[in-house]
Amino acid sequence: MIEIKNINKSFGDNQVIFDVSAKFETGQTNLIIGQSGHGKTVLLKAMVGLHSIDSGSIVYDDRVFSDMEFEEQKTIRKEIGMLFQGSALFDSLTVEENVRFPLDMFAKQSKEEKRERVNFCLKRVNLENVNHLYPAEISGGMQKRVAIARAIALNPKYLFCDEPNSGLDPKTSIVIDNLIYEITKEYCMTTIINTHDMNSVMGIGEKIIFIYEGEKLWEGDKEEIFTATQKKLNDFVFASELFKRIKKQNQ
Amino acid sequence: MQFIYHFGRYVLFLKRVFSKPEKLRIFIKQIINEADSLGISSIGIVTIISFFMGAVITLQTAYNLEMMFIPKYTIGLAARESVLLEFSSTIVGLILAGKVGSNIASEIGSMRVSEQIDAIEIMGINSCSYLVLPKILGLILMIPAITLISMGVGIFGGWLAGSVTGEVPSSDYIYGIQMAFKPFYIFYGLIKAVVFAFLISTISAYHGYYVEGGSLEVGVASTKAVVVTSIQILLFNLLLTQLLLA
Repeated sequence: MIEIKNINKSFGDNQVIFDVSAKFETGQTNLIIGQSGHGKTVLLKAMVGLHSIDSGSIVYDDRVFSDMEFEEQKTIRKEIGMLFQGSALFDSLTVEENVRFPLDMFAKQSKEEKRERVNFCLKRVNLENVNHLYPAEISGGMQKRVAIARAIALNPKYLFCDEPNSGLDPKTSIVIDNLIYEITKEYCMTTIINTHDMNSVMGIGEKIIFIYEGEKLWEGDKEEIFTATQKKLNDFVFASELFKRIKKQNQ
Repeated sequence: MQFIYHFGRYVLFLKRVFSKPEKLRIFIKQIINEADSLGISSIGIVTIISFFMGAVITLQTAYNLEMMFIPKYTIGLAARESVLLEFSSTIVGLILAGKVGSNIASEIGSMRVSEQIDAIEIMGINSCSYLVLPKILGLILMIPAITLISMGVGIFGGWLAGSVTGEVPSSDYIYGIQMAFKPFYIFYGLIKAVVFAFLISTISAYHGYYVEGGSLEVGVASTKAVVVTSIQILLFNLLLTQLLLA
């Protein structure tokens, strides 16, 4: 479980996160939703230590991550897998080398064991015969799947996904969502996903928190989101024609 | 104020760069790769420029001394001194600041804007040390060889130009380059080259590492890295000349 308590974060005079607290349960897909530019990515990056926080605390299973120095944080960081918005695959490495990268850095395994693990991870994300291709030679959806394979290479306890469907077509988005959901259940990970895609919310949103202008305004699940009375949340959820129609039909 | 801010951040950056590498085997492999991509790939351009500069230095010295009653071997001596003391260290340093410096800044800058550096940090790897230290050591390892090649090719270019044009007889040139030779001048050139290699790799990496924005900013950082490195090379050239030759 990951718990954040009273997180505040500013860049100079511009405060972007205001006193956000939340609990993210193990074995669940936890979604942080909200409009672009309202602090979701900053919050996610603060949780993994890429941004320092001004105040508050971040706790990974009773370990206070926010109080630790970089060297101390290493133990927890090795338990984290992260899927970035743009995949963040290493351009100069092949697909196989990208997935093997964390194994090369941290795993005490033979070359053969590493190769087996890489192939297993790639197979798990339904990718085969792409080992020797470079990221530039595969599609955006495949890049996302390679990034997921890299993220799970070391069997992480925590998985962070920043806009996993960004730039993908609806069908591929569903494939990626389902993959993240299945992996979360399979490895019993604490998964936190940043998204503004309502299809993802309806598909895999087991726990949802809504961020508006850096503040947490609502918390619930995908069933409760349709009956919520929070106006800003409703404006966000029912912004699209499709969801407006669904709402009308339900009424 | 901007200078103090950047200098402070550069020092902190270097502190992170010079920390223990994660895995020695991978680190050594990276140094070899960087020595190849930054050093060996620069030998071609350095050789071509050194050859022509040596030739031009010789011919210009010859034309300027034509009417004077100065022995012809002085041309060889002047060409040698120019190549050993300034050209092969400082001018080659400035050339490498453009070629290697922009390469380092744009490579690291692209990794920054595409979140590849974040991906490294997330894994608990010190990205400064992982990405930059092999580049520094790779370049420092290769720079003495590049400088020596430049010295040899520059002097050879001078000899060939002098001989082919008939401006300096071969025997005079060879006598000139051997006359009052001080082996320390080679070491002086090598010391300067190593310092310049350090400046090129660290300043360029610093500018790439702290890029914010997109591809446009990567280009700006790359240009800035070349400009700042070139100015620093000229400043340190002055400082080292005073320290080593005075």
